Amino acid sequence: MKNRIISPLCAVLCAALLAGCSAGADTQEDSTAEETEESEQQTLTVSDPDYYTRFKGQDISINVYNWGEYISTGSEAGTLNVNAEFTKLTGIKVNYTNYATNEELYAKLKGGGANYDVIIPSDYMISKMIKEDMLQPLDMSNIPNFQYIMPSFVDPAYDPENLYSVPYTWGTVGLIYNTTMVDIPEEDIDWDILWNPDYADQILMFDNPRDAFAIAEIMMGYSLNTEDEVELTAAANKLKEQKSVVQAYVMDEIFDKMAANDAWIAPYYAGDALTILEENEDLAFVVPKSGTNLFVDAMCIPDGAKQKEAAEMYINFMCEPDIAYANIDYICYSTPHSAAYEMLDEETRNNPVSYPGDDYLNANTTIFVNLSDEANLLMQTLWTEMKSAENETPNRWLVPVFLLLCLGGIIFTLIRRHIKNKKDIY
Amino acid sequence: MKKLKAFAFPYLVWMVVFIVVPLLMVAYFAFTDEEGNFTLDYIANVGQYTNIFVRSIWLAIIATVICLVIAYPVSFILSRMKKHQQGTMLMIVMLPMWMNFLLRTYAWMTLLGNNGIINSIFGFFGLGPFKLINTEGAVVLGMVYNYLPFMILPLYSVMVKIDKSMIEAASDLGCNAVSVLFRVVVPLSVPGIMSGVTMVFVPAISTFIISRMLGGGSNLLIGDLIEMQFLGNAYNPHLGAGISLVLMVIILLIMTIMNQFNPDDQVLI
Repeated sequence: MKNRIISPLCAVLCAALLAGCSAGADTQEDSTAEETEESEQQTLTVSDPDYYTRFKGQDISINVYNWGEYISTGSEAGTLNVNAEFTKLTGIKVNYTNYATNEELYAKLKGGGANYDVIIPSDYMISKMIKEDMLQPLDMSNIPNFQYIMPSFVDPAYDPENLYSVPYTWGTVGLIYNTTMVDIPEEDIDWDILWNPDYADQILMFDNPRDAFAIAEIMMGYSLNTEDEVELTAAANKLKEQKSVVQAYVMDEIFDKMAANDAWIAPYYAGDALTILEENEDLAFVVPKSGTNLFVDAMCIPDGAKQKEAAEMYINFMCEPDIAYANIDYICYSTPHSAAYEMLDEETRNNPVSYPGDDYLNANTTIFVNLSDEANLLMQTLWTEMKSAENETPNRWLVPVFLLLCLGGIIFTLIRRHIKNKKDIY
Repeated sequence: MKKLKAFAFPYLVWMVVFIVVPLLMVAYFAFTDEEGNFTLDYIANVGQYTNIFVRSIWLAIIATVICLVIAYPVSFILSRMKKHQQGTMLMIVMLPMWMNFLLRTYAWMTLLGNNGIINSIFGFFGLGPFKLINTEGAVVLGMVYNYLPFMILPLYSVMVKIDKSMIEAASDLGCNAVSVLFRVVVPLSVPGIMSGVTMVFVPAISTFIISRMLGGGSNLLIGDLIEMQFLGNAYNPHLGAGISLVLMVIILLIMTIMNQFNPDDQVLI
C-alpha cells in the first residue's frame, strides 16, 4: 500500500519539477502555411527576388533560435508575420524556437545534440562563442543587405572584423522609476538612486552578475569590461552595500512588479522598458548620464548548422528594409539598420530612450565583451557570495549539531536493538 | 513468480539508462575538469557555499516539521471519517496539485506582495504594509504549501490501516487520550511519518523555483546554486555536478539516519 501510493506521487512530483524546468524554453513551431492566408496581406518588396528563390521546391527547413518576443509575428493587425513571409518567398520552412537567456543558449549549444542554423546571442556571448570556435564565419556575399547596417555597428568590439555576426537590435540599460513615488527630478536621477536608503525595499536589482556589476562599475568609474581583481572586488563590495535596500533580485519579474507598483525603481533594458511604460502611465524611463552599457544582439550561424546558405539567406531577409522595420516596430528595441531607422516615425526617431544620439553613445556607453575565464569565475564567486551573505543566516552550527543529534539517535537505537536481540536469544 | 519477473525488465532498462547512467555521469563530471582530467577542485570548492547548504537544510527541516505538525492531525481525523467522506476530503487535499506547480507559487507572489491581497487587507484595518515576500518565511511558506499533500497522503494511508479496536482496547485498559496517541497511534504510524518526511524534505532541500519566486533572489538555496551552474550565468557543469553530488550524499546521510527510527523490518537503506 505504501509503495503503491508513493509511485503516483513521485510521478506527479516529477511532472511538476519538469514543468518548472521547461517553463523557460517555450517551443513554438510556426505552422507557416496556414497563417499566410490572411485577408489583409501586405505586399512585400525585396531587393533581389531571384536571390531568394534559389532553394524553392527543395523542401529545406532551417532552425532559428531566438529570444522570446523578438520577432514580428503578425499577431497584431497590419503587422507582418516575418517567418511566414520568408517561407512564402523562399520555400524554406522555419522552425522557430525561443530561449530566455544567453546562458541558456550557450548551454544548449555546448551540450551538443542541438542543431540550429540561426541564433541571435548578445555581444559578450558572441565574443565568447568566437573564442570557443562555436560560430561559423559568414559569407557576406550572400548577405548583400549588410550594407544597410549603420557604420557605428560595423566591426564592433565583440567581433572586430565582423566575420561572424550581423547586428539585429541594440539598446541601452537605464532606470525605470515610478514618478508618483520618486520625487527626484528626472535630470538628477543617476545610478546612485539604486543605493538610496529613502527608497529602501522599493528597489529591484538585476539578478545576473554581468549587468549588476556593470552598474557598480560605472558608479566607481571602472571599465565595464574590467578584469582587474581589485576593481571587481570593490564593485562586489559596492553591491553588498546595496543589499540592505534591495527588495529583490529579479529579471523578467520586473515587468509585473513595476506595473503593479510593487517596487518603485528598477534598472532594465530600454526596449523592454518601453513596453512596461505602456502598461503603467506613472512609470518613466531614464538613461543615466554617467554612462551605461550598450548591448547589441546580432544574428550568427553556429558551428554545425546544416543549412548555412539558407541561414545566410534568412539573415539577409531579416535585413531587408521592410522586414527590419516590421521587426523593430513590433519589438520596440533600437535598430542598427539605416533604412529601417529612416522608416520609423519622427517621434520614435527623436525618442532619447531608444535613440539617445551618437554623441551620447560614443561618450557614455560601453559594449560588453567576453571576460577571461578567471575574471568570469571571480565575478561569479563574488556574486554568489554577495547574494548568499545573509544578515540573518541561521547559526552555522545548527545543522552539524542536528546531524550529531541524529547520529546519537542512531547509535542509541542500534545499541538498544542489539541488547534486545541478545535478550531474545535467551 | 519467475514469469512475472519478465515484466520488471522494462523498468530495469529504464532504471539503468535514466537513473544509474546519469548518476555515474554526475559523479564523472564532479571529479573531472574541462579537459577530462581527474581533479578534486570542484568538490573542494563546494566548501565555500557552506552557508547556502546550512540555510537550505535548515529551511527544509523547518518546512518538514511544519508539514508534519499540520498533516498529522489532519490525516488522523481523515482516516477516522466515514468512507465516502474520506474520498471527498482526499480529493480536496489533492486538488491544488492538479494545478501547475509554477502557477501555484506565482499566485503566492501576488498574495504576499507589498501591494498584494494580504497587505491590502491589513491596510484596510490600518496595519502594515508588512514585508511578507522576499523573506525566508515566504520560502518556507511556499515549501509547506506545495509539499503538504506529500505529507498528508502517506500518513493517511498508514493511519487508515490502524484498527479502531486497537484504540478502543487501549482506552479500555486505562490509557488516557494522550497515552493512546503516543503509545498506540504514533508507533503504528511511524512508517507513514518516515515516507512523509522523506517526500517533503528531499524536494524541499533541492527546490530552486520557490526560493527564486518567493525569496527575491537573496535567499539562495542549493537548488538555485545548481541551477546557476547549468542554466545561469555561472555555467560550470563540473561545479554544478560537484554540488549535486555533495547534496546527494547529505540527503543519503539524513535518510539513513531517519530510517534507523523505523521498525526493524522496514529499514529502507
